[in-house]
Amino acid sequence: MRQQAIVGRPQPDNRPLPKRGRLHEAKRKLKKNWMLYVIIFPPVVYFLIWHYWPLYGVQIAFKDFMPARGIMASPWIGFDHFERYFNSFYFWRLIKNTVGISLYGLLVGIPLPILLALMFHELRFKRLRGLAQTISYAPNFISVVVAGGIILFFIRPETGVLNAIVKAFGGESINFLAEAKYFWHIVVWSDVWQGVGWGSLIYFAAMSGISPDQYEAAYLDGANKLQRIWNVTLPNILPTIVIISILSMGNILNVGFEKILLLQTGTNASASEVISTYVYKSGIQGAQYSFSAAIGLFNNVVTFILLILVNAFARRVGNTSLW
Amino acid sequence: MLENVKRTRLDQALDAVNTAVLIIVILLIAYPLLFVVIASLSDPVAIYNDPLRLWPAKVNFESYKAVFDNKDIWQGFFNSILYTTIGTLVNIVMTTLAAYPLSRRDFYGKSAFTFYFVFTMFFSGGLIPSYLINKQLHLLDTFWVMVLPMAMSVYNAVIMRTYFQTNIPQELEESAHVDGCNDFQILYKIVLPLSVPIIAVLVLFYGVGHWNSYFHALVYLQTRDQFPLQLILREILVQNQFKDMVGATMVDERFSERMAVMEGIKYAVVIVSSLPLLVIYPMMSRFFKKGILIGSLKG
Repeated sequence: MRQQAIVGRPQPDNRPLPKRGRLHEAKRKLKKNWMLYVIIFPPVVYFLIWHYWPLYGVQIAFKDFMPARGIMASPWIGFDHFERYFNSFYFWRLIKNTVGISLYGLLVGIPLPILLALMFHELRFKRLRGLAQTISYAPNFISVVVAGGIILFFIRPETGVLNAIVKAFGGESINFLAEAKYFWHIVVWSDVWQGVGWGSLIYFAAMSGISPDQYEAAYLDGANKLQRIWNVTLPNILPTIVIISILSMGNILNVGFEKILLLQTGTNASASEVISTYVYKSGIQGAQYSFSAAIGLFNNVVTFILLILVNAFARRVGNTSLW
Repeated sequence: MLENVKRTRLDQALDAVNTAVLIIVILLIAYPLLFVVIASLSDPVAIYNDPLRLWPAKVNFESYKAVFDNKDIWQGFFNSILYTTIGTLVNIVMTTLAAYPLSRRDFYGKSAFTFYFVFTMFFSGGLIPSYLINKQLHLLDTFWVMVLPMAMSVYNAVIMRTYFQTNIPQELEESAHVDGCNDFQILYKIVLPLSVPIIAVLVLFYGVGHWNSYFHALVYLQTRDQFPLQLILREILVQNQFKDMVGATMVDERFSERMAVMEGIKYAVVIVSSLPLLVIYPMMSRFFKKGILIGSLKG
């Protein structure tokens, strides 16, 4: 798609302007649209203060930050915080939980919305479809706290809904939250509950855009329904699948930690401590600013590299990419 | 999808299975929400002893009464409405200010500005540096810390810019220019009135985001009077703390019954906190498809 766009565009005049002419040209354009720069000024200032200033503040990861002396005047100590982090016993636990929950989430969280969108797309009753879609989006708009509360209604020992079902079948009540082995499942499947409907919307929209001619041609060639799905629908939504997957792969280290923080207890910590919850606890609660900033920076760098790698891979293999 | 063709036996069977499975899936998605509604309207003790019900047991509104009698919840509700309205207003203004110039083809330096914004989507300083900067700006524990640090999202600005580019004819803006409108007047008098659908979608996205967030407040607020509803909810739903709540409704009853009443209050508080969304959601849902379609067309 990118390639075509470039070919289709009229070739710009490549002759270099004389230096003074170019400067003059830029000046003229700036003057003509000066009000646009006034309009965009507030957002520029906002990003400068709340996005670029923190980027500059990241240097405390390499410093021994002292609140009294400020970011600039605190002494440099190099990679000490990073070394301490890599050598600590919880390092591998954090990595294991973060990557584990993320990968598990991707494994079910990428295919299920596609499947649901296919089911909506194939449904023959329009009214039922509209109603079903509206219901399926609803959990997406519930807050994390409320979702956490509802999860607890379902999984609490003895009187929770799940345990009522377990007991109805003659089983013993299970304390799901207290046992580390259930934690990943709770987090991932409650995410599916909240996100599968909303996630299907983008695929459904892509499917609605497929020309009926393609289905007719396939039909005339004798393709049955499954073959039409496989050979017409799926290839058409493949670019969408790739883009969504790249974005989620890039976020492997940024697992949705708000819910994890809510559901975390002392007994499930071995499965529930992820990088972001640790940064919050040691940084904000424990006031170890430099150390936590170092962990956060490590996270960002890895995320950034992952995104570039996955994107390059998708570009080579699937001819689709983010940029 | 093909509508008017003869379906083979296999096709018919597939359609039937698809319909059946889809109905089951939708019921599964809906059940947790339905359960909370049923439980909130039930006698707390009855639902506590037997949660598997499809209809409220001994309908009563005691749980709701307990919720409405609670001062913390009212305060939180009020605070959340304040943060959400002011926050969303700032969001929409800032997003428009960023999106409009970027949508103009003759905006010199467009790609540089785009890079300036988009870069922050992929690389950020992280929680700790942001915290220290808000601290340095003396924003901790103030009203503005709930609004300013999240003044706009790049993603939504990109959606809006794409909408401007694809849905507003360039000729319209050019002729307004010829008629003597300046850029600000074009934005205000021509572009914005034509952008109601996208503004509605963004109001919903931003508004829901403000209403639902708790972590930001957890990090930046300390005074209880300033807590948004979600922080109060967190205490009630997750940490099982009920300030003066149970004492008011329960005097001398056994422990398990007291537990049951607490659970009843939780159900009601979930419903009450979701009310604003339940009101806004149906009004906005007709814009969803449009909004997300635009979002998926990256520019």
